Parts: sequence; C-alpha cells; structure tokens
Amino acid sequence: MPDPETPIPPVPSSRAVSRSRTRLSLVWFIPIVAALVGVWVAVTRVMSEGPKITITLDSADGLEAGKTKIRYNGVEIGTITTIRLSDDHRHVITTAQMAPATEAFLATDTKFWVVRPRISGANVTGLGTLISGAYIGLEIGQSAEHTRDFVALETQPVVTGALPGRLFVLKTADLGSLDTGTPVFFRRLQVGEVASYALDTDGKFLTVKVFVRAPYDQYVNPETRFWHASGIDVSLSASGLKVQTQSVLSILIGGIAFETAATSPVLPPAEANSVFTLYGNRAEAFEPAAQNPQTYQLIFNESVRGLAPGAPVEFRGIPIGEVADVRAQVDLKTFQFSTPVTIHLDPRRLGVNILDVKPGVDLDTMRRRLLDSLVSHGVRAQLRTGSLLTGALYVAFDVVPGAPPATVDWSQKPVQLPTVPGQLQATEDKLEDVINKLDKLPLGAIGENARKSLADLDLMLVTARGTLVSARGTLANTSTLTGPNSVQVQQLGNTLQEVSRAARSVRVLADYLERHPEALLRGKKGEAK
Amino acid sequence: MSPSAAITAREQGLQSCEVCTLVSRPMPGEEAGLCPRCGEELVFRKEASFQRTWAFLIAAAVCYIPANVLPVLTTTTATGSDSDTILQGVVLLWSPTGWPLSLIVLFASIMIPSAKILALAYLLITAQRGSAKNNEQRMRMYRMVDFVGRWSMVDVFVDTFTAALIQLQPLMSVAPAPGLLFFAAVVVLTMLAVESFDPRLIWDAASPKEVQHA
Repeated sequence: MPDPETPIPPVPSSRAVSRSRTRLSLVWFIPIVAALVGVWVAVTRVMSEGPKITITLDSADGLEAGKTKIRYNGVEIGTITTIRLSDDHRHVITTAQMAPATEAFLATDTKFWVVRPRISGANVTGLGTLISGAYIGLEIGQSAEHTRDFVALETQPVVTGALPGRLFVLKTADLGSLDTGTPVFFRRLQVGEVASYALDTDGKFLTVKVFVRAPYDQYVNPETRFWHASGIDVSLSASGLKVQTQSVLSILIGGIAFETAATSPVLPPAEANSVFTLYGNRAEAFEPAAQNPQTYQLIFNESVRGLAPGAPVEFRGIPIGEVADVRAQVDLKTFQFSTPVTIHLDPRRLGVNILDVKPGVDLDTMRRRLLDSLVSHGVRAQLRTGSLLTGALYVAFDVVPGAPPATVDWSQKPVQLPTVPGQLQATEDKLEDVINKLDKLPLGAIGENARKSLADLDLMLVTARGTLVSARGTLANTSTLTGPNSVQVQQLGNTLQEVSRAARSVRVLADYLERHPEALLRGKKGEAK
Repeated sequence: MSPSAAITAREQGLQSCEVCTLVSRPMPGEEAGLCPRCGEELVFRKEASFQRTWAFLIAAAVCYIPANVLPVLTTTTATGSDSDTILQGVVLLWSPTGWPLSLIVLFASIMIPSAKILALAYLLITAQRGSAKNNEQRMRMYRMVDFVGRWSMVDVFVDTFTAALIQLQPLMSVAPAPGLLFFAAVVVLTMLAVESFDPRLIWDAASPKEVQHA
C-alpha cells in the first residue's frame, strides 16, 4: 500500500477511445435495407418483363403507344410500347411489351389482329372497343418454334382455333351475299359461320371457308350438299305456292345451308378442310348427278328464241334430259341455215325407272330399239312454250298425230332425232293461212258493189222520205176523224147505244124463251090468260 | 481574425444547447449532461454524425432511383389504366395553360430531392475533409436544405389525397403506385440525414488545429 504522502510519480494517462470513430453505427442498416429493397424491386421489375415483340400492321388506326393492350380471351398479356412507320412507309411497326411467361403465345404461326368494333348483318363484335379503343387480339399458333416478329392479319378472324369444330372449304362461282360471319344453317339451326373467303388465283372460283361448330360438324359427311340459303325461294306448283327460306336472318343477310340427302348411305363425318361445291339453291344441290347422258341433235327450222342451254327436255311432261347447246349452222352447199339443238338425254337420272332389266342385256341396243319404236309410233321433238310470261321454250317429245314418217339414222354423230314444228310455229302457220285466204278475197269488187248499193240506197231513202210525208197527212186526217168532237165518233156512240139496246132485247127474249120454249111455236100465252 | 476562424465552444470546454442555445460547462466525469435551462441532452457534437448522415444520405440516394423510375400513380379509367412516373407527370402536365403546375411538380418532386442529396453530400465531404472555405455559404446551404426538406412531402400528400378522393368506380379511379413509397422514403431519409448532420462540424474545420489540440 503506498504511502498517501508519497507524491505520485507522473503517470501517462490512458488514451481516450475514440468510440465514435471506430464503432460502426447501426444506422448503416438503413441504406443496406434501402439498397436491398431497391435491388429487389429492380429484380422483380426485370423478371416481370416479358418478351418484347414487334407486330407489323397495315394501319395503326385506333392504336396508342403505351395504352393499347394485347389481350387473349380478354386477359391482358401485353402493351404496345411504340408505334412507328416502316422504312418504306407502307406499314406500321409496333413494338409490344409482353407480360412475363408469355413465351408460349409467341409461336411462329400465332396470329395477331386489331380488334375494332365490327358490325355486320349477322353479329356485332368488339363493341367494347368503342369506348376502350382498339386492342390487339391473338390466336395462339401450334408451332413449336417461337419468334418475336409478327405480321398482323388485316381483319379479325371469325373463327379462332379455340372453338371446337371443323373448317370446310366450299367452291362457288358466285359469292352472293356471303360475308365473313354469315351464318351456316343445318335444319334451320345456326351451326357455324363463314370464316373467310378468297378469290382463286385463276379468278374463276371463290373459295369460301366455313366453320361448323362441334357437335354439328359430325353431320357433314362426304355426301353432304351445301347451298346458298340466301333470300326466299318461291315456287308455284300444281300443289300450290311453296315458299322456302332458312330463317329471317338468312333472308336479310344470306346464309349457307347444308344437308345430307336422306337417301345417301351413312358415311363417316368429312375430314376438316374437305372441299365441297356450294350450289345455288337446294334443288340444284340435290339434283342427281349425271349418270350416262346421251347426246342427240334436233334440227328445228324455226326460231329458237327463248330456248337456252339447261332448258328441260320432257317426254310427255316427264323430264328426261336438258338442252346442252343451241347454235346456228349454215350448209355451204345449199346455203341453208338451220338451228341444231344439242340435247342430253339422261332418263335414268331424272326418275325414269327401267323395268325388267335383264342382266347381260346391252342397254345401248335396247335404247336404240326403244327410240326406233317411239319414232315409228310418231314421237317427235317439238319446241313448246314453257312460260308465256318469259317466252322460255322447252323441248317436248310427244306423239304427234299426222307427223310425216321418219326413221333414226344411227350412223350420224350425234344422232339426229326427227322434229316437227312447235305449237307456236303451227299456230303461226295457221294464222298465215288465214291471212293468205283473206288476201285472196276480191275485196276491190266487193267494195265497188257496196258503193253501188249505197248509191241505190241513197235514192231509195229520198223516195221513202216522200212516202213518209204522205203518211203524215193521212195520219192527220185520221186524227180528225177520230177526235172526240167528230161526227163519226158521235154517230159511233149512238150506234153503240142502239146495239146495246138491241142486245138487251135479245137477252130478254132469250130469257123468255128459256122459260117458255113453246112460245116459239105457240107465241106468247101469258098475256092471253 | 476572420469570423470563420472563431473559437468554438468545444475548444473552450463548453457545450451549447441545440434548442435554447445556452452555453454551459459539462459536468466533469459525465459523458452527457442535460441543459440546465431547457433539459435538452447536451453533447459536444452529435454522435457519429458523419456516419449517420452518410447512411441516411446513401439510403435516400438508393431510394431516389426507384422513386423516379417506378410509377407513382395509377389512373384507371374506362378506357384503360395508366401508370405514370413523376417525370411522365411533368410531361403530362406541360401544356400552354398548365405549365406552372408542371414546373411546381418539377421543382418539388425532382429538383429539390436531388438538390438536397447533392447539397448534403457536398456538406459532408467538405466537412470531413476539413475544408475551411465558404463556411457561411455552406451554413446557408444547410439551413436551406433543412427548410425546404419538408415541402417535398407535398407530392406524396397530393398523391394520397387524389387516390383517396378519386374513386369513381368503375368510371375512374386513382391508386398510388410503388414509386410513391420510394419517393416518400427519399423525403423522409433526406430529412433524417439533415437532422443527423451536425452543422457545428462545419466550423470545427475552421478553427486552427493547434488551438484545437492545445
């Protein structure tokens, strides 16, 4: 223990610890947290950035950079970030920022299109875009390869791949009133719509793609017929007026109907993208296909005005074929014009049953024998007026009584069948005959005679006038004789009174004689008594 | 002797109160005392002032980036929804009639926060390096930064008010976006940085070293 008195030797004092300098303040936690949060935000931001794609459009009408969205089934999956013109100023190139994890949407065959309000007869779509502005819709492609550059479709496809059903290809020469979205009917039920149409490269036909929704697509089989169901089909027949339509909608905007003939065999449903013919109407669609048409020629020495290819050929009112060709020909030997009409006879197609067909019989020979027989019985071809209104003609085969005998020359090609002038021609001939006869009448002499007769008549009339004057005088005399104050009338009155008295006396006498018939012999006796 | 080279209270072994500015002699042996007049804790210099200020400043700077990059407001209308950053807002407001408003937003939301950060960084660097130049100017700068700090919060308030008021579902609605949170953080952090900076450090460098160590 040191003596407290002993002065403490100078001791160096300890150095103060500069704590503020060495100790790392907890406050550094704040910038670290801020940095971490910042990094986290940045990372999530980068992570949430999906792929960037470019879409080439024809027009950016209604699109706005930073606003226009890309939507799939109504879900936003991207935004248009920039819109610029292509280098050649023909297209618009838009850049779009897609949402994360949208890689799967970007297959090479993915289709983009601008959704704008679309109002067609059949449907109204995209009405929401009237308020919200256009947006870009898409249909995911099936390809496994991916791309970042797309070319948008010009129009919104009616049918997207998401819908179950099948596309069929129809070929038609006339688009009619069809448009994309035009309904397709099956038994008047709307089962699909026209997806697209395009003119074939040769310009002759149109390819119309129709989409038939499942489950109705199973009713389309290779034998199914499609036809234009536009408008109203009015037919006037012996059974009355028949109006055929699909629905009010199709009357207004047209449509396509399909049906399979009830007689067709049961077939498996048609493959997708099968090609069908689009017929003009139902009757045309179900017209049986030509089986074995025979070509014949008919030569008419009369006007064939009103006879068009396709006009029916009938045998006693039953269609057995149709007119294939109508043209004129001139024979340079005789300088004679004639109008050969080529016809196709196909009776089996048109509902003529052949009875008693024995196997092994050559139908050709049978046909020849049949025609020979018919011709020898007086069957001739004749032009007849089918419609008085349009003057359309048709060819009729019928038994014509008194037809000049004819035979069929089977060596010709095509075979020529005998004809007789048509009803109209016959009528004309008769009329001409009448006119000729009228022509031969001595009309001049008749006129002369008539004139003479008229002059005589004039004279006669003058004489008659004199006679009439005399007659009038006579009548005046008569009237004085018969007037009420005339002597004759008074005398007549007296005379009549006398006659009346005499008659009374006779009646008294008659009464007396009835009571006393003997008085005739004996005279009156009563007074005597 | 220039005023910048004046003697500091610390050199005299005295503490000045930050609130009531009373100069008092610290209790011997005590690390920190209380102001005999107003009861405020007395320190010679704020503890770890440089460190804390730097920390807050760096945090503010870090937050400043997302505050400007991220959208601050999401406007949903019938035609779609829009998210705008501060700068987009400035551009949006810029019109022949609306340009003063645009300028206000530009000043309050972009220039002031960035100026604050830069000014504080300048003050910190000069103070740490012991620069004795332009002391009064630096002091003025500090006061201005302190004064102007709270006004940056206006943007945040406007945003939140708008978001609260404009809720016309489904026609239109406004919602704050993440950028606003960072912007508010920038404002708060810069205010904290200003708060933790001890302006007396500016003057420490001004006093001659030999005097300080005597």
